[in-house]
Amino acid sequence: MLIGHQPKEFLLAVEALTVSFDGFKAVNDLSFYVEENEIRVIIGPNGAGKTTVLDLICGKTKATSGSIQFRGQELTKLKENQIVKAGVGRKFQTPSIFDDLTVFENLEISYPRGRTVFGSLAFKRDAAVRERVEEVSEMIFLKDRLNVYAAQLSHGQKQWLEIGMLLIQNPDLLMLDEPVAGMSVSERVKTAELLNRIIKDRSVLVIEHDMKFVEDIAHKITVLHQGQILSEGSMEHVKNDPKVIEVYLGH
Amino acid sequence: MINSRFFNRSELIGFVTLALLLFLILPLTLDIFRLNLVAKYLTYAFVAVGLVLCWGYGGILSLGQGVFFGLGGYCMAMYLKLEASSVENTKIQSTPGIPDFMDWNQITQLPLFWKPFHSFPFTLLAILLVPAFFSFIIGAAMFKRRVGGVYFAIITQAIAAILTILIVGQQGYTGGINGITDLRTLHGWDIRTDHAKFILYFVEVVLLFGCIVLAQFIRLTKLGRILVAMREQEDRVRFSGYSVANFKIFAFCMAAIFAAIGGAMFTLEVGFMSPSFVGIVPSIEMVIYTAVGGRLSIFGAVYGTLLVNFAKTSLSESFPQLWLFGLGALFIAVVLAFPDGLAGIWRDYVQPRIDRLMSSRKSKNGWTDSSVADGAPAE
Repeated sequence: MLIGHQPKEFLLAVEALTVSFDGFKAVNDLSFYVEENEIRVIIGPNGAGKTTVLDLICGKTKATSGSIQFRGQELTKLKENQIVKAGVGRKFQTPSIFDDLTVFENLEISYPRGRTVFGSLAFKRDAAVRERVEEVSEMIFLKDRLNVYAAQLSHGQKQWLEIGMLLIQNPDLLMLDEPVAGMSVSERVKTAELLNRIIKDRSVLVIEHDMKFVEDIAHKITVLHQGQILSEGSMEHVKNDPKVIEVYLGH
Repeated sequence: MINSRFFNRSELIGFVTLALLLFLILPLTLDIFRLNLVAKYLTYAFVAVGLVLCWGYGGILSLGQGVFFGLGGYCMAMYLKLEASSVENTKIQSTPGIPDFMDWNQITQLPLFWKPFHSFPFTLLAILLVPAFFSFIIGAAMFKRRVGGVYFAIITQAIAAILTILIVGQQGYTGGINGITDLRTLHGWDIRTDHAKFILYFVEVVLLFGCIVLAQFIRLTKLGRILVAMREQEDRVRFSGYSVANFKIFAFCMAAIFAAIGGAMFTLEVGFMSPSFVGIVPSIEMVIYTAVGGRLSIFGAVYGTLLVNFAKTSLSESFPQLWLFGLGALFIAVVLAFPDGLAGIWRDYVQPRIDRLMSSRKSKNGWTDSSVADGAPAE
């Protein structure tokens, strides 16, 4: 019954993706594939286009050409909130949380129910919501701070809170932009532990500079340079690639 | 519906105080002339309460609320004008049965868009739906294209200017610069008598409290929290799966509807409607009322409106030239020194003292205060 070649089912298939800003190609003919339950780390020097790739996948930036298929759905044609609904979650580089809301309210906003105008008017904070918020708050070490305004959290706690907000969304693909940047050593250890727990049962796309952290979690590494893939493969492969050493690791 | 969870303690005090002031103290102490002035001021409080939702919570600064105030006011004025322009009342005109200003402009037939305003139920619906429709169109056109902040404020201001020019220019259809004047009866009931003004005052206060309760309800739902979230981190809301534009449109439409109710009440209280309540200056004044009262406080907005208007009346009686400078200075002072306005002053300086007094008394009685979280849901 097989008609033609049946390609392998990827969770995310990025093909020939290009975006140009006034002629400057931040991402240039980029293709890569992420499998189910894979943890992919993107590394590369500053300006390599790492964050732009995440921006393109989550719809923040519109691609000039190319395609992004997520579970067979073309993401480049969807709006940001539709991409979230499709199952893609995104954490930003600087913690973007709601300072004037409590930790509980921050988490509750991400709860995937009542996302329309009238749905949110009718939204009730029922037992299911409370349980889920409490469960996640425990994972992100903020259980005893639920009624604190987010403005009062430390930088590390704010990062955790945003990760928690993504967990409540329960995305199939989780994209994290430098999750441990700017954290203290003890916060880093806790975050690594947290990430190791939450990356189970989903695919994760991480941008990170901390090579020890990358080595800990990555299944596969993609090295970007000037908007293109320089090298791709296991940590061992990438580490010994002379091109990578030249532009990135050597420094 | 009003229980300790709907209003927290200080809000409940604010609600009761305002209710006492507007329902009892002012009607009992002021003569009908002054009470009518208060009624006129309070029509702007509708706009201010809407701005608290839209600007204070949602972060959408509209400098064109006069448009919606005017639309509501004109809808009401058209109905009243048609009633005042019966064939009998206008028999000296060359075309009896149409409003006087149309006759003066050589219009011999009632324009089509005026005809439905013979009906009172239609007029009431139009007061709510016409501004809702316009704000929806403006909101959809702007917010879907991600126009926000200062750009949105400037565009709303331009719309206020355009509508004023349109009304003034289309004299035969709108009454021009003079507006729609000489309004007499509402559904056969004379609105010019002292008794009617007294009744209208109470109708208005009841409607205002309706808007306040509705605004408070919206504030306490998840939608209210999303508005705050949007104001701070629009992208995070978007990437939490919400269509930010739709929420902004909703807040803008609610503010427009509140403003229109205020405008319709203005026409009834004052007895006319003119483009001078539609344009840029009144629209900015409405924002100042909200800023002075505190843009995050629904009650503060009402007090701010009352106070600024009292000041305006008393100062512009004695120093008509200075008033606008005073208003400008007030706005600058509030923005620089008290960004949360009167409500912020109350919260930071007065409330803590009251709390200290209360708690020292409470601890004597062995009472414990269970503080209700600010964003407690309405249940």
